[in-house]
Amino acid sequence: MVAQRYETAFQLYPYQKVADQTAPPKRHKVVVIGGGPVGLGLALDLGKKGTPVLVLDDHDGAGLGSKAICFAKRTLDICHRLGAAKPMVEKGVVWNLGKVFHDENRLFEFNLLPEEGHRHPAFINLQQPYFERFLVEEINRAQLAGKPIEIRGRNKVTNLIQHDEHALLEVDTPDGPYELEADWVIACDGARSPVREMLGLGFEGRVFEDNFLIADVRMQADFPTERWFWFEPPFKNSGQSALLHKQPDDTWRIDFQLGWDIDRELEMDPERIRARVDAMLSSQTGTVPEYELVWTSIYTFQCRRMREFRKGNVFFAGDSAHQVSPFGARGANSGMQDAENLAWKLYLVLKGLAPESLLDSYSHERGHGADENILNSSRATDFMTPKSEMSRMFRDAVLHLARDHAFARPLVNSGRLSVPCTYHEFPLFGEDKLDGPDVTKPGRPCPDAPLGEGFLLDHLNNGFCLLAVNEPVADNLLINGIDVKTLSVTEPSSEMKQRYLGSNNSAVYLIRPDQHVVARWPEFDMEAIRSALRTAISSD
Amino acid sequence: MSINVEPNIPDPDGFYDELLAAHEGLSKEESDAFNARLILVLANQIGDRTVLQEALKAAK
Repeated sequence: MVAQRYETAFQLYPYQKVADQTAPPKRHKVVVIGGGPVGLGLALDLGKKGTPVLVLDDHDGAGLGSKAICFAKRTLDICHRLGAAKPMVEKGVVWNLGKVFHDENRLFEFNLLPEEGHRHPAFINLQQPYFERFLVEEINRAQLAGKPIEIRGRNKVTNLIQHDEHALLEVDTPDGPYELEADWVIACDGARSPVREMLGLGFEGRVFEDNFLIADVRMQADFPTERWFWFEPPFKNSGQSALLHKQPDDTWRIDFQLGWDIDRELEMDPERIRARVDAMLSSQTGTVPEYELVWTSIYTFQCRRMREFRKGNVFFAGDSAHQVSPFGARGANSGMQDAENLAWKLYLVLKGLAPESLLDSYSHERGHGADENILNSSRATDFMTPKSEMSRMFRDAVLHLARDHAFARPLVNSGRLSVPCTYHEFPLFGEDKLDGPDVTKPGRPCPDAPLGEGFLLDHLNNGFCLLAVNEPVADNLLINGIDVKTLSVTEPSSEMKQRYLGSNNSAVYLIRPDQHVVARWPEFDMEAIRSALRTAISSD
Repeated sequence: MSINVEPNIPDPDGFYDELLAAHEGLSKEESDAFNARLILVLANQIGDRTVLQEALKAAK
């Protein structure tokens, strides 16, 4: 039997008995374990490219409860490429503005996306179950269009044995166990990854000694859709810091930092939680509004990662490979970058268009992303919870100065919000022959810009792309058997000029399927492009 | 010349990290002494008396 570990918010892929269960183990090309955002993103990406992919999840839908809520622009850009972003943005709460308070004082505010000319906002807040539902709905549409994606609900992987050419999976279902084989396995099974345990792999890092109380409350309130963060909040019994953030469905996420030595059971008492929430809300509105506690939990966190995100034919992506504190929204957002990084590489290798060594770059590139996230997240946590008398003294000095002096504000750290990873000077990236803007250097993800009736990123959605601005190029190219779509822009918008030309009259960019710049030149040079593409697929 | 209170340190998080790391393992007394030495080193680097006077005011 398959135990129910948690309640689901939506049933998305009900259990159905399939022929595999009563046949000798069938071989699948790619099996994704875990139907969270990362697993679903990978399945959609691979399936849309035509790679058969099977997702196994031990539940039949999106888990209820407090999970990811902040989805960053890069994640929306990825989901847009996958065809799933529209309902997310429609349902989500768009926000760009954050305010930081210390005790009774407002220290400063920050705008995350002061720049115009992007399809997507800096962030939306959206409960994770919706995010998963919109991905599954797009998967369902892809399935109807004949894309080879299958999701099996209430299929729990109980064992995984690695052989040279494949992995054998033992799977439990409501109708009993069966076995299947996979050429490649991607474990997207979360921070407590059972697959990681099955393979006896380590997960090293730092435990932070702190407890955070989450309360999601539903109410009608006039708070603006901004991120409000308090150091040493003035409202009663609220701990060392507090956060207020709006989600869809009139729901607000409230976080209280309670410290390390607490009685968890006592703190979870609804009356006690209500007293805290009452104090916070009334400090802002003068009265306690009517509200309903939708979800409460207490969490602690760790910052850690696997040393390698690949072991033979098994990959790890998302929380199974790396875990960070929630400050900065770097969990699900980095997981989606893992998914898009791995999908195109696996697709090319499975098609025989790139050598298997391309797959090693996944762990290298995304390990860098994980390190960056862990560093930022550890620093934020150390600022919020000073570990020594002296670090508290400096922290308080920064907060004191930040109120009147702008210079101290960049030092205030309530979480550095997720920005996309840059693979500057990584092996798969090529030359920078353009004296161009920093934001589009090789290794960078392409920034969006208005183009025609839509946006640039709308066009970077189908494999490798050659973007030529004010420069004639051949129609689509075929290099090493790989189609390179050309996108010729002759009347660049001002944003496009600013982000892709700088002071140059023309520019040519080779762009990876995950929208990262491989190399760039002032003019079209076929030999240089050919060589950069070989570098990009590890085929040098 | 007057005091610059606009952000002026590249990679502020990295700097803050190094500042705290310099205090790691020190007792409170040692940390206080370290801070005093650091202030004197930085003051000498600034040199300008007007700026130093304004800095003394800003920190109050």
